[in-house]
This record gives sequence, C-alpha cells and structure tokens, in this order.
Amino acid sequence: MSKLIISGSPHVHGDESVSKIMYTVVLALVPAMLVSVYFFGFDAIRVLTISVAACVFFEWAIQKYLIKGPLTIGDGSAVVAGVLLAFNVPANLPWWILVIGALVTIGVGKMSFGGLGRNPFNPALVGRVFMLISFPVQMTSWPIPKPLFAERLTDAITGPTALGILKEGIGAGKTIDQIMADPHMPAYIDRLVGNMNGSLGEMSAIALILGGIFMIIRKVIDWQLPVAIIATVYVFAGIFHLIDPQHYIDPAFHLFTGGLMLGAIYMATDMVSSPMSMKGKIIYGVGIGLLTIIIRLWGAYPEGISFAILIMNAFTPLINMTLKPRRFGKATS
Amino acid sequence: MKLKTFALGGVHPEEHKLSANAPITLLPLPAQLIVPLGQNLGAPPKPLVKKGDEVKTGQLIARGEAFISANLHSPATGKVLKVDDAPDASGYRRPAVFIDVSGEDEWAEGINNTDELITRLDFSREEIINKVKEAGIVGLGGATFPTHVKLMLPPGKKADYLLINGVECEPYLTSDHRMMLEKAQEIMQGIRLMMIALDVKKAIIGVENNKPDAIAHLAAMALSHPGISVQALYVKYPQGGEKQLIKALVNREVPSGKLPIEVGCVVSNVGTAFAVYEAVTKNKPLIERVVTITGLELARPSNFMVRIGTPIAKLIEAAGGLPEGTGKIINGGPMMGKAMTNPEVPIIKGSSGILIMPGKLSSRKHPQPCIRCSKCTTVCPMGLEPFLLAKLSKLERYEDTEKEQIMDCIECGSCQYTCPSSLPLLDYLRLGKFRTGQMIRNRK
Amino acid sequence: MNEIIINALLLLGLLGGVMAVILFFVAQKFKVIEDPRIDQVDEALPKANCGGCGYPGCRNFAEVCVKSASERQSLEGLNCPVGGNAVMKQVAAILELEVADVEPQIAVVRCNGTHNNHPSRVSYEGASSCAFAHNLFGGEGGCQYSCLGLGDCVVSCDFDAIHMDAATGLPVVNDKCVACGACVKACPRNIIELRPKGKKDRRIFVSCVNKDKGGIAKKNCEVACIGCSKCFQVCPYDAITMADNLAYIDAEKCKLCRKCVEVCPTNSIHEINFPARKLKVETGDGAVAAEAAAARKAEKVVKEKPASTEPEKPSEPTA
Repeated sequence: MSKLIISGSPHVHGDESVSKIMYTVVLALVPAMLVSVYFFGFDAIRVLTISVAACVFFEWAIQKYLIKGPLTIGDGSAVVAGVLLAFNVPANLPWWILVIGALVTIGVGKMSFGGLGRNPFNPALVGRVFMLISFPVQMTSWPIPKPLFAERLTDAITGPTALGILKEGIGAGKTIDQIMADPHMPAYIDRLVGNMNGSLGEMSAIALILGGIFMIIRKVIDWQLPVAIIATVYVFAGIFHLIDPQHYIDPAFHLFTGGLMLGAIYMATDMVSSPMSMKGKIIYGVGIGLLTIIIRLWGAYPEGISFAILIMNAFTPLINMTLKPRRFGKATS
Repeated sequence: MKLKTFALGGVHPEEHKLSANAPITLLPLPAQLIVPLGQNLGAPPKPLVKKGDEVKTGQLIARGEAFISANLHSPATGKVLKVDDAPDASGYRRPAVFIDVSGEDEWAEGINNTDELITRLDFSREEIINKVKEAGIVGLGGATFPTHVKLMLPPGKKADYLLINGVECEPYLTSDHRMMLEKAQEIMQGIRLMMIALDVKKAIIGVENNKPDAIAHLAAMALSHPGISVQALYVKYPQGGEKQLIKALVNREVPSGKLPIEVGCVVSNVGTAFAVYEAVTKNKPLIERVVTITGLELARPSNFMVRIGTPIAKLIEAAGGLPEGTGKIINGGPMMGKAMTNPEVPIIKGSSGILIMPGKLSSRKHPQPCIRCSKCTTVCPMGLEPFLLAKLSKLERYEDTEKEQIMDCIECGSCQYTCPSSLPLLDYLRLGKFRTGQMIRNRK
Repeated sequence: MNEIIINALLLLGLLGGVMAVILFFVAQKFKVIEDPRIDQVDEALPKANCGGCGYPGCRNFAEVCVKSASERQSLEGLNCPVGGNAVMKQVAAILELEVADVEPQIAVVRCNGTHNNHPSRVSYEGASSCAFAHNLFGGEGGCQYSCLGLGDCVVSCDFDAIHMDAATGLPVVNDKCVACGACVKACPRNIIELRPKGKKDRRIFVSCVNKDKGGIAKKNCEVACIGCSKCFQVCPYDAITMADNLAYIDAEKCKLCRKCVEVCPTNSIHEINFPARKLKVETGDGAVAAEAAAARKAEKVVKEKPASTEPEKPSEPTA
C-alpha cells in the first residue's frame, strides 16, 4: 500500500486555478479582438502577435536569466498583459516601439516587483503610459478603420480620435454643436460597434461589454467595480453637461469613446492591483471615474483612464488597510 | 417552503452523498475495543477501571469531574485489558481503556435496550440534565462539547430558540441524513426533552435542500409536536457551523467571541437529540453512534451503527475493504475532517464519518503566488481576510492577527478550497489562531 | 545671473540658520539624559539583535547591563552568548566590573531520526512549518517526539548556523552557532538544546527525546533511547539521570569518559569530535561486531561537521 497522505483540512479543492482565470480573461477579450481584426485587418493581427510574443518572451527571459527563479509563463498572466498592451496601442504602431513597451510592461511593471501578484500597478498600463509619454507621435496617430469587406472610403491614413477632436475643438473655443458637426466625428452607432479611430481594443464597446459579462458570469471579476466606474463617469460628466451643454459634451459620449470600457472592464479589474474588499472596490471605481473625467475635461491629454487607473492603483494598499470586509457578528448598519 | 441561508461567503463543493440511500446497519462487535479517555471537548474523564476488571455494556468506566467534561461508558461487555496510551487519529499517543470483548452484550443495570418508542415527557429540568450528564453525551456533530453543559444556561440568560442542526453541509457524509429518515420520532422526542431542559417554546430543525426526503419526513412528523418546525435551507457550505446556522434560521448574528446563547439560541445536532432521548427515557449512555463510511472508490459506501472504540479498519472492512491506491483516510468530511495516520485507531464520540480518498485526489496542488484575487475574502463566512491573516501568521505578527480577528475563524476551509493559487491558507490560519490564542491566554 | 545665485545662497543660508537655531532649542528642551556608558556598552556589543541574551535587542541589553552595574555592582546573570566572554569582558571593563567566564554553548539537535532510522509511514503535505505540523499530527514515522524536518529552526536562525541535511532530513548545526537560543524556541518539539561546547569541542549527549516505553520507541525508530538505564548504571560520575523512559546527560557533571556511548544498545548517545576509537583487542566475531559498530557510530557522529551541503531554507510563495 502506498503511504497515506497527511495534511490539514480541507481535503478537497475547487477547480479554480491561476491559469484558468488568466485564460478566461483572454477568452473574454476574443470578441474585442475579432472586432479589431475586422476593422484593422492584418495590422491588428500583427500588433497582437508581437505584443503577446514579446511579453511572454520577456517574462521567460527575465525569470530564466535575471531572477533565476521558477518559470511561470504557463500561468497565462504574460499572455493577458500582452493582449491588453496590444489593445492599448494604435494598429499602425511600429514593431520596435511595441517591443520596448512589452519590455517595460513585463520588466518594469511586473518583474521588478517580484513577478505575478506583487506588482502594485497594472503592468499593461505601465507599458502603455511609458509608450505614450516616450513616443507621443506614434502613439497618437490613429489609423482610420478600414472594415475588411468595405470599400475604402477615404484616402486618409490616420486621423484623430473622437476624444481628440473634442479636446482640440474645446481648446479652439468651439461649442459642442460645432464640434459634433466635424466630419471626422464618428456617429453614435459607430461608437457603439467600434467603427472609429482609436487604439486596437478600445473601439467596440459592445464587444468589450460582452466579454465583461462573460467574466462576471465566470466570477473572474465583480460587476460592482466596472459599474462603479461607468456610473461615476456618467454622473460626473452628466452634471457638467447639465450645467453647460455647449462646453461639456453629453455623458454617453464619454462612455463609448476612448478606452473607458476597456479600462473599466479589463484594466481596473486587474486582480493584483485592485482592492480586495467590496467597499474598497467601489471607492476605487468611483476614484477612477472621477479622475478620468477630470483629466478628460481639464487635463492636457484627451484620454485619462490609463492615468486614473494608475493613480488609483497607488491608493490600493491604503484602501485595503482601511476598508475591511464586514465582519460576521458586527452590527449591521 | 421558502429557502433560507446565511449571508456572508460560503462555497458549494461537490456533494457526493454516495451513502444517502444506505440504511443504517449494525456493525458486529470487534474482538477488542480501544476507548480513548479524551473524547470530549474539555478535560478528559478520570478512569474508574483498572487492568483485569470485568465491565458490562453501558457501565461507567471513567467519570468526568471537571465542569466541562463527560462521562465514559464501556461500549461492550468484557474485560479491561489495560489502561494505557494508544495512538489517536493524528498519531499522538493518548490514554485509553482497552477492552477485550467477551461476546454477548450484558447490559448494565437500569438500561432499557429495546427499540420501543417511549413518549414520556414528564421529566423535570434537573432530571433531564442529570441523565444527560450521567450518559456522557457530547455534541455529535463533531465538536464534542458536553451536552449537559450546553443545557445548563448561564445565570441570567434566556434561550428563545433551540436550533437543531440537520444540515450536514459536509460533502460525502450522510449519517445525520439517515438518522433523520430512520429515527425521526426519537429525534422529535429528544428535541422536546431538550426544550423542557432549556425552557424554550420554539425549536427549528434546519435541513439543507439536498435532503428533500428528510425535510418532508420531519415536517410531517413535526405536525404532532407543538413548537417544533422544520426549515429547508439552500445548499451552502459551511451552513452547519453554529454561527452560520443561527444566522440562516433566525437571522441573528452571534457577536465575535461570544456564545450562541448571547443571541438567545442553543444549537444541537440531530444525532445529539437522539442520544438525549435514549439517555433520558432509557438511561442508555452514549456508547454507539452512526458513522458514515464512504469514498469514491469504496465498494459499499454505508452507514453503520458503531460501538465507540471500534477500530476504523473494521468499518473499512465491512464497507468492502480499503481500495488500492488510497491516498487519505479522513476522519470526518473532506472540508473539516482530519487525515489519519493509521486506520487502526478507534471510532470516538465525535466521529461522524470516515472518508476514503483515492490517491489521485489526495495530493494538494502546487502552491502558486497569491494573485490577490480576493476570492478567499468573498467566501469567508466570518467576513475575515484569509490571505492577510495567513501572511501575518507566517510573519508571526500575532498582535496584528488578533486585531484582524483571527480568533473568529471557524476553520471551515472555504478560503483554501476556493484559492486559485492553491495556497495552504488554512494551515497558516490555524497556526496563527493557535499562537494568537496562546498569546491572549498568556496575557491574562 | 550673479544676483540669482547670491539671492539663492542668502535665502538658503538664512533658512538653514533659522532651522539650526530652532533645532538647537528643541534639542535642549527635549534632551534625554542618558548614561553615556550605555552607548559605550552598546558599541561593544555585536549588534546582532538576536535576543539570545533574553532582551529584545543589543541596545536594551546595554541598558540592562548599565542598570545592573549601577544598582548591584555586578553583571551576574547577564551574558551575551554571541559575543562570548571576550565581549562580556569588554562590557565589564567599561563598567569597571569583573565578570566570570561563562562556558560557551552551542545548539545540539537531540534527534537522530533520519530517513533510515525512522522511516516515514505517512507523507505530510501542506504548510512547511514545524509548528503547524506539530499541531496536526504525530509525525511521519510514528515517533511523536521526533524532528518534523520542516525547518522552523533554520528559518529562525539569524546566523546561518543551522541547515537541513537533505540526506537525513534533520537539521545540522555548524560552527557559526552562537547559542542565541532562537532555534530552541522555534522547535515545537523541544528537540534542540543549548549545551556547553565542551573541551576541544567534544560533547556527549543523548540524541533522543522520546518518552515512550522502550518497545514503542524502538518500533518507530532504530536509534531511539529505550530507557534501558545501562548508561545510567555505567556512568561513574552520576551525570546521567533517567526520567520518563529517557536518559539525560548533565553536561556539567559529564567528564567525557564515553563509557555510556559504549554501552548504549541503540547508539542513541552521540560523541562528537572525539578521535577515532582504538578498537579493543578481541577475538572472533566480537571484534568484527565492535568494529562495525564503531564504524557505524563514526559515520553517524562525524556528520556534525560544517555544511557539506548548501544551506537550504524552505521556500514557498508568500501566502
């Protein structure tokens, strides 16, 4: 008879695992991936492949040669970082910038803190913000989407994003009506399905929400966090819109443009860098929403969710320390 | 019926109630019984017998003298071989009485050993408590807290409810389920006796919804017993935990570090109710109990009526023998049971089941780094943060673990069950709880 | 341009001056008058902050020393095991006192339940913590007093003086040990004991803490002390006491004659750093057996040499 095994209870384990969670996230990103391939064709595939390959490679190389620790590339966290990084860049980004971005994502964003589970900031956003600041021209020249089966409508190669048009217009002193009349401004329906300029993965709100619902059902993320972000953005932007509709655009515009959906559903919910308790998650979400709108309305950049998430990431330990889950036996108030 | 449950946390492991349809059968007496002295929570009783003494079935062999202690009776007729140390399930040697069984049961005086149903209820409070104390009854759900102590309410406290635990939320185990089906009338009588002892007007039996037959049976039975009702509950682990059950049934929360009586509740197990009935009406001490023997690869998962002190190996034999490649023998259920070092150890009052785990399911998964997914926090039924407590325990920061209320941990294992990184969270929580408890006691 | 530099210098200089004045007055106001000897003593201490002296750190020990010197004019009972006699002499000199030599000590692992001697019957899985495993079960091999081999002592050691020997599954103490006692406290089974280093580093001790009766002990472990009292009877110096089926050698009384080592039927008494034994001239099989026994002893005993394998700390991802 083989030896009996002794261990503390419990003697059964649920079927959760780190890699299962990571691949669920990848699966949830597939609809958005398909949309990006539809609109950007080969370019999208190129960016995705380079980003994922570079992230996985750097993780492997750093663990093997620098940390000399156990290899954990199989857990899929590098793949998730790679896909999210690719989703945050324009489709025509030169490959070498992407590789540098991947190095920063994995090397600085993740491995320098000790690898999976230790990073205080969302690695993909660290990489993205690094690229945005270092290569502002390449990072903000957005290719005009060219649906796979549609005739090419325009000869223009690149154009500004909806948020960029807005920012520029406001800066030039135009009113919202004048800005909305801009021929480059995408129509509502285009904003919803993603037929507009922007980073690879942030375009189609519908695809992103679909993936989000999938993750909520699989209990990878809690619905409260994205909802807190989206609701805050809507309410906060809505207040300003009500005060002065000619200078502040309607809140729905904010929801479906830029990286808001991508950020709210996939980046802010990153397990490692978001707070643990439900109360904490809601505070964190509200903070992200407020910061996003502040940056979008008054900041130098047209888009602010990346910065908002990174700033709130820094508050995560503090939130974890102060907001504890409701203990059993404490009076319900 | 509207289903109820507790609010915070919880998990739902696969149920695997393999032996749910196996009627309770009597296990024949083995040639030798090993009756450990320390079978109850609190101080072990003092032995009254010595080597060579003849003992009768049901005869008192050790007396619980401390306030929290329980009497011990001989489970069979025979001769005391020795009073010596015997390894318990964990492998530690502890004092036990070894009895060579002579064969036929010769019952000690005054014990009614028939199956007739006695519906007498004209006992006084003191009479009931005394008989329960004499019979050495402890909580049969697993905690083995002496029942007579539970029935004696602290001065100034009043119980509103007697809650009967028929939840059996542990996967695999079915002993309470079978009891509720086969001994429902006796259980009802036992509950009424306890209601008299506690002077409560209402008793609620909580049963999880995966036992619809038991719910229907008990509900029908309860119609003729005023004050007793049956409540179906959602299937959620750890609903059988005392605090969780109170929350689920009467929506009261026991404050941190307090006993259920603080919110006017007394919780008892269905098996205990049965034992109380037998002790009070028939003077029968606690010398046998229903034990589930189960396992995915076991030939005949069954429920046996077993004498205390029977080696677990006998049960395994009766259930078809130990399957090839067994990895773990667990005393109790898979969530809270203890892995045993050796199947030769005896059944004790607190053994509700024996689970045989195949080798391939026994090994733990390799731990990975914590990804701070907070699933452990979500499932914790006490609203604690297991990842934090485990980390603090590892760093031996016991002042901090105390502040984070590690002493509230009920060791249900939900956190470790759900952890995607397969971390040994509960191992460290237990250690931390133990050390923090030591620190608190030393302070006094 | 010059103006800017001059202005900056003036401003910063002024600021610095004002701050200095404020700091001066604050320092005067909140001055803590402390015996200057505390600093001197603290300076002399090894700064390991190991707690081996029984106080939370070197600074605290220094304070206690100075207090003791001024109150009772002696350093009796105070010892820094890390620094040893040299440091204590220095401390005594600072405090203008005399200090008696304390015999240096070393941690001794009193279990020889190697994989071979104490084969495991079950295997443990879970947190790599002796303290937890000790609460959970009796031990893999059945001896409930044996070393659990999960290395709590190794983790507790600040001096890199103890490591787990993968071949035997037991901890090994090396010369770096300063007898701070951290491992003694860490061991949930009280296996590790601080014993005098002994003359020429020679030590004799019972390498077993099993209190079971002989038969049970022997069944679990080949080299357990079975409480036969042979050593007790043979000891000419009354250095051995028997309690709970276990022999214990009082190092104070032991004269290192090694008689007990010879009579021990289970080889549970270890001798360390002794020269190889001269074989008694015997005839026949007895000599062969004695030689074999001596060889076995030598093999078992000489192991306690500094690290043959790399020290391995049990590693595991943080929970």
